[in-house]
Amino acid sequence: MSDKILQVKNLCVSFSSYAGKVQAVRDVSFDLYRGETLSIVGESGSGKSVTTKAVLGILSGNATIESGEILYNGADLAKFQDKDFADIRGKKISLVFQDPLSALNPIMKIGKQIVEALVLSGSTPKGEAKEKALDLMRRVGIPQPEIRFNQYPFQFSGGMRQRIVIAIALASDPEILICDEPTTALDVTIQAQILELINEIKERSSLSIIFITHDLGVVANVADRVAVMYAGRIVEYGRSEEIFYNPKNPYTWALLSSMPDLDTKEQLFSIPGTPPNMLYPPPGDAFHERNQYALKIDQREAPPFFRVSDTHYAATWLLDPRAPKVDPPPILTERIARMKRRAEDVR
Amino acid sequence: MSADTNTREALLDVRGLKTYFSSGHGGKKHVVRAVDDVSFQIFKGETFGLVGESGCGKTTTGRTIIRLYNPTGGEVYFDGKKISGKLGRNEINQLTRNMQMIFQDPVASLNPRMTIEEIVSEGLRVNGMRDRAQRLELVYNILDKVGLTKDHATRYPHEFSGGQRQRVGIARALVTNPSLVIADEPVSALDVSIQAQVINLFNKLKEEMGLTILFIAHNLSVVKYFSDRIGVMYMGKLLEVADADDLYLHPVHPYTKSLLSAIPQPDPLFERKRARVAYDPAIHHYEEERPQYHEILPNHQVYASQSEVERYKRELGQ
Repeated sequence: MSDKILQVKNLCVSFSSYAGKVQAVRDVSFDLYRGETLSIVGESGSGKSVTTKAVLGILSGNATIESGEILYNGADLAKFQDKDFADIRGKKISLVFQDPLSALNPIMKIGKQIVEALVLSGSTPKGEAKEKALDLMRRVGIPQPEIRFNQYPFQFSGGMRQRIVIAIALASDPEILICDEPTTALDVTIQAQILELINEIKERSSLSIIFITHDLGVVANVADRVAVMYAGRIVEYGRSEEIFYNPKNPYTWALLSSMPDLDTKEQLFSIPGTPPNMLYPPPGDAFHERNQYALKIDQREAPPFFRVSDTHYAATWLLDPRAPKVDPPPILTERIARMKRRAEDVR
Repeated sequence: MSADTNTREALLDVRGLKTYFSSGHGGKKHVVRAVDDVSFQIFKGETFGLVGESGCGKTTTGRTIIRLYNPTGGEVYFDGKKISGKLGRNEINQLTRNMQMIFQDPVASLNPRMTIEEIVSEGLRVNGMRDRAQRLELVYNILDKVGLTKDHATRYPHEFSGGQRQRVGIARALVTNPSLVIADEPVSALDVSIQAQVINLFNKLKEEMGLTILFIAHNLSVVKYFSDRIGVMYMGKLLEVADADDLYLHPVHPYTKSLLSAIPQPDPLFERKRARVAYDPAIHHYEEERPQYHEILPNHQVYASQSEVERYKRELGQ
């Protein structure tokens, strides 16, 4: 687990628009270790998708990487031109999109789409491609692959389509798989199957996964480590247990306690207001306007990362030794206590 | 029916509702049974959650109840009066005032060329309130209740954020002071932090205005949190109806069990152990034995054949 496969350092991405510069990603740093699943959580507009698009070099035309490095295999992807990505995109780093229907070509047979991915990745000669494609379809759990091979995307259900998209992503035997909300468009029962599949593939082929989602239940299922993003910044990161059982950042508290779980009875903790407009990111801690625990310094100065444990860091002034001691909202502490009791019951 | 359900007053009574959609003609005719023989009651002041996967017919059920679709069969009774089938103009006016709908997509469901005042007051105007000042007062009143201000009334939908637009949708539904609100996935298009705001708003309004709500959603945690009773739909059939806690603690139908076992929970240690139960509709043998609604526990109905009911009862006894 100690082997870093991808390092993102101080990444800043902005979009130019008529109104001005939208600062979508502001000084984001994270490491991805071999064989782990790193989950990036946040609301829409928090910059989680933009970060991974920068890694793949598929940012839209009006976006620029202002500064920062994306280190993969000794090369800095942030400096890459489009043609340099040819050897990496879809070969070493693959992407699974949110909507499996728009990710597939509607007028091309499923089999041909997988074969195309195999041949273009250069790993498979044309003659063997069909056999390997059928293999991939079996691997992602498509029943009767010989028949399905000659069908079109519209003949597949949503879950089956997502399996095909995953098969295509795996065709080149990548080292990193980026999943951008892969189950958001799916039903809960299908979602459970796809998550099982992704977990199983990770176990079997020591793949590293970046998993983007806003569903904390899904995060708890797949993630080894979690990074929480807000307004273009990572505000807290740590191992999954640390984030769920010992969160430190007020935004993580708010995120966790604004979703009901199956035992929730009390009033939900709702975050007032809306996420900030990234044309004019607020000075200091971007969350301070919505944060009931905000300190005066939050308005002036963005908090640095404070160490909670070797693997757990949180950017909040509350962890400064001079800050007043604050407890998380009761709905959250009660829920964590309930989860701990349940964990002991199972044992 | 147990004594408890008999004493409570049913505001909405759906009996054997069927909505079929057909396409093609002659030999190629294809019929989709979107809602197939669905019966349930909603009592005054309660929130009834309807859950199921996409395509299971939950939205069609809601839309058929509010007469957006014509039912193929079955009847709907509202406040004791039959509201399905042909109705006179007065009856329809009466009904539209008392039953309102909140839609999923706050962008698509608001006319971009109408101001918030026009959108919210349209229901009042249609219902014969001619005096603009009178309408405006009610509009301001309801905007205040849903957490918007007077100034918002002159603005257009594009000036609002997603959460605010959904508040407008709620205001539009509630301005006529309805007794039943059908909320079709009202929070699923919203961001997590905004979802909590809207759910809390619903809870507040439910208490203040004594609303009865049919809450249609696919997010089971939200439905569980928000509903008093829950109905589970699958392939056009209503499989199980029970009190929210009862359904989650003692699911009877194998599909309900499968659905509940698939919910991911924000608890990593639990997630690692969670075992998913698969559901195979082929386990039922309904060619031989016709299924019916059975009250398997007090206030807990399940759609099953006689032999299955006996088996479920044995399972519950354990």
